[in-house]
Amino acid sequence: MRILIKDGRVIDPENGMDAVNDVYIVAGKIVAVGDGPDSFQANHVINARGLVVCPGLVDLSVRLREPGLQYKATLESEMKAAAAGGVTSLACPPDTDPPLDEPGLVEMLKDRARSLNQAHVYPIGALTQGLKGERLTEMAELHEAGCVAFSQSDKLLLGSRVMMQAMQYASTFNFRVWLRPEDDGIADSGVAHDGEVATRLGLPAVPVCAETIALSKIILIAKGTGAKVHLCRISSAEGVAMVREARQQGLPITCDVAVNHIHLSEMDISFFDSNCHLIPPLRGISDRDALRSGLVDGTIDAVCSDHAPVDEDAKLVPFGESEAGATCIELLLSLVLKWAEEINIPLAVAVAKVTSEPAKILGVEAGDLSVGAAADLCIFDPEQHWRVEASMLRSQGKNTPFLGMELQGKVKYTLANGIIVYED
Amino acid sequence: MNNPQLNKNGKLQHLLTTEGLPAPILLKILDTAESFVGVTQRDIKKVPLLRGKAIFNLFFEPSTRTRTTFEIAAKRLSADIVNLNIAASSQSKGETMLDTVNNLSAMNADMFIVRHSQSGAAHLIARHVRPEIHVINAGDGRHAHPTQALLDMFTIRRYKRDFHNLRVAIVGDILHSRVARSQIHALTTLGVPEVRVISPKTLLPTKVERLGVHVYHDMEQGLKDVDVVLMLRLQNERMLGARLPSAEEYFKHYGLTQEKLALAKHDAIVMHPGPMNRGIEIDSAVADGKQSVILPQVTFGIAVRMAVMAILAGN
Repeated sequence: MRILIKDGRVIDPENGMDAVNDVYIVAGKIVAVGDGPDSFQANHVINARGLVVCPGLVDLSVRLREPGLQYKATLESEMKAAAAGGVTSLACPPDTDPPLDEPGLVEMLKDRARSLNQAHVYPIGALTQGLKGERLTEMAELHEAGCVAFSQSDKLLLGSRVMMQAMQYASTFNFRVWLRPEDDGIADSGVAHDGEVATRLGLPAVPVCAETIALSKIILIAKGTGAKVHLCRISSAEGVAMVREARQQGLPITCDVAVNHIHLSEMDISFFDSNCHLIPPLRGISDRDALRSGLVDGTIDAVCSDHAPVDEDAKLVPFGESEAGATCIELLLSLVLKWAEEINIPLAVAVAKVTSEPAKILGVEAGDLSVGAAADLCIFDPEQHWRVEASMLRSQGKNTPFLGMELQGKVKYTLANGIIVYED
Repeated sequence: MNNPQLNKNGKLQHLLTTEGLPAPILLKILDTAESFVGVTQRDIKKVPLLRGKAIFNLFFEPSTRTRTTFEIAAKRLSADIVNLNIAASSQSKGETMLDTVNNLSAMNADMFIVRHSQSGAAHLIARHVRPEIHVINAGDGRHAHPTQALLDMFTIRRYKRDFHNLRVAIVGDILHSRVARSQIHALTTLGVPEVRVISPKTLLPTKVERLGVHVYHDMEQGLKDVDVVLMLRLQNERMLGARLPSAEEYFKHYGLTQEKLALAKHDAIVMHPGPMNRGIEIDSAVADGKQSVILPQVTFGIAVRMAVMAILAGN
């Protein structure tokens, strides 16, 4: 199959390209950007005039809900959603049922994903058996099965000693440990940011120090062990400041933020909107602003969707009883573009936050349009508006705080390994 | 932000919280309640205002007092009221809250009175029911208990006449208290110039001053020259965690005694939403003393709940 993508504005942050160009694809690989090979005969031509052609998006946190949680979503539904969102590489956290703590489970997941022939799936293995925070998993085995990193998923159920040893062991093999900084004891059963809104609504709260205490522990252990750490979904201004300082010290720390958190704050909970029940909780407006500037100055490397499809019934209960999470993978691109427009930064910088930067954290070959690379591309119309409606979301989850809202920037085509997996 | 309690014409559709309700609506409830106080003191304590209306007491959390006062209020308005103690029935069979509500709606309910352990439960039900059904929040988690706050306002007005020159102190577990939140919003809306909260730091929510209150940790300072003392109930389970060391120490610092009450104005009144823990948040001598208006609160509670039901049914 030979594909020619004609006349698109090619944005490839990794290669410093932002110009109108043609992209040539043969047998699933990019063979040229700009001038094509001599006598190139395309089987298929995509007219990308007026559209942006960029690397397929790389999403660092996508819950596919398999194995075990298919009532919320299935691999089929969520891979379709990923394609519709322009995502061609995704990392899935290990909080499935059972958790991804055995090589067999990981291989099965990778096989299932491969057979669907859409986005590349990179499982994050469980750091401890059953995610219980007690005994280490066989990280080297899990790595061979396909795990690219190890995490505790949403809860940092780790005593300080286990955390230290887990990071030491992981760093023996040069594996990166992904941790979402939240002290379980302090967060307790909180469901909202410890601020004005939780006070007004009488919701059990998660104070900022749940994040900063965990962060200081992680940073100090990283310093002591030299382990590579990726911090997942940071949420507070104080947290951003701590990460900035740690990075200035030269520690091998990377960091991401969920795209909902750079747009929303505790105020959006309004009258108990359970679609705004997220983990970590939406914090104050000054926290949101700090996340935005942390992203600009590079303290935060990447933006993820933190896609978490939840079945409708689990949201149709009082806020505190509702299941946390939002479906988001189909909104990721538009929401990143919205951020870029609001703070007036170049499109290429925004695109890097969902392509080349997360690819580096994953340590996989993705997120760029280099010659010879897999033809994973996202082609989008930066001007087109669309309305977020439950009926048009391909994800099985319809739960998003942006339901009913108008967004700008629409994916027109997604190519994975040179196959058109989505066409609008 | 749309106020989910008001209909298109700005009239009360549901009573979910005192927050965001304009003063005229609060005052209308109090004024209407005044007219019902007479009814509750007559030999024949009944008016036919809600004859033929079906009201459901939907209690997802156990309660005796609040449920009973709503029941009495509904009966005095001649409504048909059905009590559902859901904590012990369908929920344990796995039926969701909204399914329960749907089933009762199908029985042509006109009004739901909802008590639930989770903040926001009444809002969720109000958002879900058909537009002709009214919802009254009888207490949701830590969030709101508007009829309690309204009966407190009614009692304050009865004894103090005007809200505009009062100092009011709320004492106790503000963090977990839906009553305190509803009182604060009602007091500030009705123009009380100084609302104080008195509590140890472990029982105060973050940024509570944003609700328009002055924070005191020292009860003696906090009670100085106040006109009204609103005591809150301290749940026994607060002593299980690390919020408080003991009931004794709590009583010593935050229990209302005659000595502490003497720091308030000489004609200050003492109120409590009940049920009281004597010797924990309030001394018996105060609870039964001449400044206590705790029993009149209960009496007025029926008139206020009648007023709320009558106004909702008329809108």
